[in-house]
Amino acid sequence: MIFLNQLVQGVFLGAYYALVACSLSFLFGVMRIVNLAHGSLVVLAAFVLFELADRAGLSPWLSLIVAIPAMAVVGWLLQRLVLDRSLRGGMLVPLLSTFGLAIVLDNLLFQRFGADTRSLAPYIGDLSFDSWSLTDDITVGRLDVLILAVAIVVLGGLQTFLSRTRLGRTIRATAEDPSVVGLIGIDARAVYALATAIAMAMATVAGAFLAMRTTFDPYSGGAQLIFAFETVVIGGFGSLWGTLAGGIVLGIAQNIGAFISPRFFLIAGHLVFLGVLVARVWLSGLNLRRLRVRAA
Amino acid sequence: MPILTVDALDARHGLLHAVRGVSFAVEEGETLALVGANGAGKTTLLRCIAGAHRASGGRVMFDGTDVTHLPAHRRVQCGIALVPEGRRLFAGMTVEENLRVAAGRGRPGTWTVERIVEAFPQLGPKLQARAGDLSGGQQQAAAIARALMTNPRLLLLDEVSLGLSPIAVDAVYASLQGLLGGGATVVLVEQDLARALRVADRVLCMLEGRVVYEGRAQETTREQVMAAYFGLREAVA
Repeated sequence: MIFLNQLVQGVFLGAYYALVACSLSFLFGVMRIVNLAHGSLVVLAAFVLFELADRAGLSPWLSLIVAIPAMAVVGWLLQRLVLDRSLRGGMLVPLLSTFGLAIVLDNLLFQRFGADTRSLAPYIGDLSFDSWSLTDDITVGRLDVLILAVAIVVLGGLQTFLSRTRLGRTIRATAEDPSVVGLIGIDARAVYALATAIAMAMATVAGAFLAMRTTFDPYSGGAQLIFAFETVVIGGFGSLWGTLAGGIVLGIAQNIGAFISPRFFLIAGHLVFLGVLVARVWLSGLNLRRLRVRAA
Repeated sequence: MPILTVDALDARHGLLHAVRGVSFAVEEGETLALVGANGAGKTTLLRCIAGAHRASGGRVMFDGTDVTHLPAHRRVQCGIALVPEGRRLFAGMTVEENLRVAAGRGRPGTWTVERIVEAFPQLGPKLQARAGDLSGGQQQAAAIARALMTNPRLLLLDEVSLGLSPIAVDAVYASLQGLLGGGATVVLVEQDLARALRVADRVLCMLEGRVVYEGRAQETTREQVMAAYFGLREAVA
C-alpha cells in the first residue's frame, strides 16, 4: 500500500511537471524554439508573486490576477526584443540567446534577493498542509489535488482554444507554415508575440505552484527547466495531453525511485527520460526506413 | 487607370538577379498570363507583387497606392492574394479550417465557405478531411479557395497545374473559368503555353528576369511566344 501511495503521489507530482512543461511545449510547437530561459522565467514569476504577497500583503490568488497579465507583457517583450531577432539568425541562435537570458535572469534575481530560499506556503494557510486520507496509507494533499485540477483545466483549455477558436486556428496555421500565413493576411510576428505572451501566462501559474508547494531561490530555474524538458520529451513535443502523460510518467518514475532509495529520486526520472529518448530515436529511425521503402 | 502597375521592378535571390527592371500594368477585370522558361523570374515577380519577396528596386502600385514596402499581410488587406507555387496548404488542418483561417482578414466581401463549395464542387465532400490527405487537384482547388476567402481584387496564381494530372488541371481550370469570365483580375503563371493563350487576355513572356514579349493573347501565335521563350528576339520583332 505504501507503494501504491508512491504511485498516487507520482501522479500529483506529474501534474505539477505538466504545468511547468506546457508553456515550453507550446512555444516549441508554435515557434520551433526551445526556450532555455523557461525555468528562470517560472522562478521570476514565483518571485513576483512572493513580492506581491510579502510586501503588498496580497493573497497569492489575488496576486495571480496581477502577475498573469504582467508576465504576459514580459512574454510579448521577450518575443519582440529577443526571440524574433534570434529566430532570424537560424536554429541555434534562439538556444544561445535564451540560455544567455537564463543566466542574466538568475543573476539579477540573485542580486536582488540573495541566496535565501523563499516559499509562498505561509501565505496560503491550511492549503499547504491539509490533506484527505483515502485509506490508512494513502493521503492526498489538497494543494496537490488543486494542482492536478489546474493542470487539466490549463491543458484542456489550451487544447480547446487551439482547436475551436479563430485565434487558435490562426496560431496553428502560423505554427504549420509561418512563411505562408502572410499571404492570407496573418502577421506571423504578431502571432508569435501573442503565443509567447500566452506561454508566459501559463508559466506564471506554474511559478505560483512552484512557490506554494516547495521552496525556491534565484537558482531554482535550472531544475525546473530540466523537469519541463524531460516531461515534454517523454510526452512528445507539441502534444498537450502528451505533456500531461509525460509529466505523470516522470513523477511516478521519480517516486518509485525514491521508494527504492531516497537517492534514486532524480536518477530514476532521468533514466526513464533517457529510455524514452533512445526508444523514440530508435523507433523513428525504423519508421524513416519504412517510409523510404514505401516511397521507392 | 490600371489596378496594378509594376514599375522597373528589381529583385534578387542572393547573388542571382532574378527580376530585372520589369514594368507592366494590369487593367481591372483582365487576365494576364506570365510565361517563360524555368528560372525566368516569374515566381519571384509574383512573390514581389504579393509582398512575399522583397523587391530591391522599382515600385509596385496597387489601385493608386504604392505598396512596394508593405508586408504581405498588409497587401492582403489591400486586396492582393497569391496562391503560391506548391499549394502550401496547412496540411495538418482540415480543408474547412484552411478556408476559415483566411476568412475576414482581407477585404470585406462575399466569399463564404458555402460559396466556395459551389464554385469548387470537388471540395464539398472533403471539407472535414485533412488538407494533407487530399489529391493534388483537390489541394490546388483548396489553395485557390483559401486565397479567395480574403476577397481579393487581384488574384495571383503561381503554377496551378504543376504536378497535377491532365484531368485534375482541367477540373481546376473549369472552376477557375467562372472567376476568369466573371470579371476577376488575375495574373497567372502557366507552363502550358496553349492553355495560357486560351485563358488569358494578355500574355507576357519573361526571359532571364526581363520581359521579352508582351501582347494580346488573341493576336499572339504560339511561334511568337516560343521565339521569345528561347531568346530569339529578332524573331519577335
